[in-house]
Amino acid sequence: FRIKMSTGILPSRMNLQLFKIKAVSAKKGFDLLKKKADALKKAFRGILQKIVESKACIGEDYNEAMLGLAEATFAAGDFSRAVVDHVKKKTPVRLTVHSDNIAGVHLPIFTLRHEEDNSDDNSLLGLTGGGTAINKAREKFTKFLKVLVTVASLQTQFVTLDQVIKVTNRRVNALEFVLIPKIKFTIDYIDKELDEESREDFFRLKKVVEAKKQRQAEKYANNDNKGKQDNENAEEEVMVEEQDAFDDDDEDVFI
Amino acid sequence: MGKKKFMSQTDMKIGVIGDEDTVTGMCLAGIGHVDGQGKKNFLVVDSKTHQKEVEDKFHELVSRKDVAMVLITQACAEGIRMTVDQYAASGQVIPTVLEIPSAEMP
Repeated sequence: FRIKMSTGILPSRMNLQLFKIKAVSAKKGFDLLKKKADALKKAFRGILQKIVESKACIGEDYNEAMLGLAEATFAAGDFSRAVVDHVKKKTPVRLTVHSDNIAGVHLPIFTLRHEEDNSDDNSLLGLTGGGTAINKAREKFTKFLKVLVTVASLQTQFVTLDQVIKVTNRRVNALEFVLIPKIKFTIDYIDKELDEESREDFFRLKKVVEAKKQRQAEKYANNDNKGKQDNENAEEEVMVEEQDAFDDDDEDVFI
Repeated sequence: MGKKKFMSQTDMKIGVIGDEDTVTGMCLAGIGHVDGQGKKNFLVVDSKTHQKEVEDKFHELVSRKDVAMVLITQACAEGIRMTVDQYAASGQVIPTVLEIPSAEMP
C-alpha cells in the first residue's frame, strides 16, 4: 500500500539524526502499549470469569431470600406495608465507591457498608409474631445484597475495561500502521538524498581534477615549444582556465 | 486519553425497582431511603403501575448523584427494555444497573 508522504523535509544530516531518534522512541512506545493491551485483555478475561460465577450465586441466593420472605409473611402476616412506610431518612446500608488501579486502569469498585443505626423501627415489626422469621428473612436478603453488590462492581469494571481496551488497541494500530512506516519512509528519503548529494560532489570533484590534469598536460606541451617566459602566462592561463573549467563543469552538472 | 476519574465517594445508595416482595426484602435489609422531599429510592411495581411511571422512576434514579446502583427485576426491565438498553449504550458507569431475577421468572 502507498504511503502518502510529505517530502517537504530538508534532507540534512541533522534531520537524519532527528528522525532516527524518533523511530527509536516510536518503537519503544509501541512495545509498551502492546504490553499494556495484553495485560488489560488478561484482566478482562479474569473479570468475565468472576462475573459468570457470581451470577450463578445470585440465582441461588435470590431463591433463598424469597423463601425466607415467604416464611416470614406466613408467620407474621403481611408486613410489607409497614416496612415500606418505615423507610427513614438515614439508611443503615451504604455503598462506597473506590477507584481501584487494575492493570494500570482506574476501575470503580463497590463495597457495602453497614452502619449500626437505631434499627428500632425494623425491630418493632416482629412484635406481633414471627419475629425470628422476619430476622431470618432480613439476613438472607442482606446476604443476597452482598452478592449483588459484588456483581455490580464486576459489571462496571467490565464495561470500563472494555472501553479502555478499545482505545488502547486503536492507538497500537495507529502506531504500527501509520506512524512507524511514515518515519521509516522519511529516514529512507533523507538517506537517498544525502547519498545523491555526495555522489554529485564526488562527480564534480572528479571532473575538476580531470580538467586540471588535461591542462597540466597541455602546459608541458607548450613549454617544450615556447620556453620559460610562457610559463608565467601559462600559469595565469591555468588559473583562469581552472575557473572556466569550474563554470563549464557546473553547467555540465546542471544539465 | 479519556480516562474517567472516579471520585471515591462514600455513602452512596442503592435504588430498587421491583415487585412488592423484592422491594420489601430490600427494605428489610435496610436500603430504603426517603429524602426531605419525600422521594424514595425505590418503586414497587405491580400490575397497576404504568410503564411510564417505571420509566420515569428509572430516569430519576439514574440521574441522581447519590445513587450508585440500581436494582431492577427482570420483569420490570423487560417492560422498559428500551430505556435500559439506551442507558447501557450511553456508557455511563455510575450508577450501575443490575437486573435481578423476578419472582415469576427465576
